[in-house]
Amino acid sequence: MSTALSAPLISASALSARALAVARGGRPVIAGLDLALPAGRWTAVVGPNGAGKTTLLMALAGLLPCQGEVRWLGQLPRDLGTRGRGRLLSWLGQGEEGAAADLLAHDVVMLGRLPHQGWLAAPSAPDRAAVEEAMRRTGCWDWRHRALGELSGGERQRVLLARALAVQAPLLLMDEPLAHLDPPHQADWLHLVRAHVATGGTVVSVLHDLNMALQADALVLIDQGQIHHQGATDDPATHRALEAVFDQRVAVCGVDASWVVLPAQRAR
Amino acid sequence: MNAIPGRSPWLLAGLLVLAGLALVALGLAVGSTGWHWPWSADAPDTGQAAILWEIRLPRSLGAWLAGALLGLAGAVAQGLFRNPLADPYLLGSASGASLGVAVLLAATGLPSAATDWLPQLGITGAAFAGALGGVLLTLALARGVQQTLRLLLAGVIVGVVLGALSSLLLLRLPEVMRTLQGFMLGSTGFLGWSAVQVLALSLVPALVVALALARALDALALGEATALSLGVPLGPARGLLVAVMALATGAAVAQVGLVAFVGLVAPHLVRLAARPTHRALLPLSALAGGALLLAADVASRWVLAPQELPVGVLTAVLGGGYLLWLMHRRPL
Repeated sequence: MSTALSAPLISASALSARALAVARGGRPVIAGLDLALPAGRWTAVVGPNGAGKTTLLMALAGLLPCQGEVRWLGQLPRDLGTRGRGRLLSWLGQGEEGAAADLLAHDVVMLGRLPHQGWLAAPSAPDRAAVEEAMRRTGCWDWRHRALGELSGGERQRVLLARALAVQAPLLLMDEPLAHLDPPHQADWLHLVRAHVATGGTVVSVLHDLNMALQADALVLIDQGQIHHQGATDDPATHRALEAVFDQRVAVCGVDASWVVLPAQRAR
Repeated sequence: MNAIPGRSPWLLAGLLVLAGLALVALGLAVGSTGWHWPWSADAPDTGQAAILWEIRLPRSLGAWLAGALLGLAGAVAQGLFRNPLADPYLLGSASGASLGVAVLLAATGLPSAATDWLPQLGITGAAFAGALGGVLLTLALARGVQQTLRLLLAGVIVGVVLGALSSLLLLRLPEVMRTLQGFMLGSTGFLGWSAVQVLALSLVPALVVALALARALDALALGEATALSLGVPLGPARGLLVAVMALATGAAVAQVGLVAFVGLVAPHLVRLAARPTHRALLPLSALAGGALLLAADVASRWVLAPQELPVGVLTAVLGGGYLLWLMHRRPL
């Protein structure tokens, strides 16, 4: 991760940050962070509680005031305009939809089309098609006429995921997207992410579940606002770094062609 | 907008328009002399016609328009602050508006029942400035809109303090006390044709700007970060929406005084009947608010006839009861 960010590398990366510094509530959370994430890959951001994962993701998405330089597909977000930014990067946050309880699921997903619509124009045929496709892919088309507040936590999360997919942006940033999802729908989410990446899209997700994180193409390990390690998920060096960042209290083990994280056996 | 059987916004809009028309007819028929249908043939004398044309019609239309403004202000406030309990009253803007009017009356000695154009505009302007000041003060005390509880507490504090300042002005200047007293209680009794014009001229731009920002309000319901990521210019949108709320609240308060709860209840009733996006919620809340305040106005003329109940007293009692019911129906 110590490689200098040369200009060609920046333009080849989907998301890059240079000398990124973010303070929240007067306290510096991230100070002087450099990062480059490749296009067409799924990167999972993991780290202990309070390490600054969500702050990093929000700063990359341009949702927090920050110092330093962030580039999306080699472009500066401020050069894109608000709607241009909305079309390039889709954001799925966590626990922010409390005021939307009275909105119908279909209306919520249609909001994902905002960056594609004129301020007063009615939804176009492509808008409707994108909404239906996103809702069918996340399996929530059947309750499109139900209000968000009437749905269970997992059902609501699928509607919100459909909202993020309906943007059809090449960059998809998700903070804890698996919250409230049961195992079958977590598996569905995995397939959605892989499909997005297969079509050249880039996914960055903050994940608490380390086993799901190990399904990603690459890991970024965050500790105390710094990048502790960045590497491929099948690289043993990444596994050792993962154990280190979690204080040697977890162990990465190989199972078939995959990797799982288990609680480490105490030496004592 | 997907129409669901029985929950179509258009059906609700039609019902609310019909209710408004029926209430205007009732408003023409009810007065201090009791019920009298103007189109019944028994006494078509000119005095009666003057009462209808110069008093009851502008009063009924004005009450509807003021209610519509309050309903719109409530819907905007609830969307803007992402809080189902937001209301021009709970955010300090109504008490700010009434303080603005009190200051203007104290400074110029205008009677609040002024029927000329210029004083009406002056009172509305003072109310608008006061409403804007009240909301901004609340926002400054709450340090932003993130903390729901802090926002409501700050609104209550601002409301109480500004209300106290208005009372202080009343005490110092007994000559405007009589006019202001009715005003502080909330009254539809002063509404004339000039008031109707000012109210209508305020409602049109407030509704147009609010509708233009309807999608921003929808996106805001998903959270600030999500709204920003969808390309909603948060700062300018918020500023415009605060201005719309202050204009709607100020115009209504300048004409009918402190009428509580219409702004809170109207959007709630609409949401009970349908689950609209803001593009439908905003005009429906205006229609519902108009019907509510006009119904309260008709009732206030009728329950104690030939005496008249201040309409603000009636809406406070009914609105308080509604809130109580809401509190028991679902945990807040």
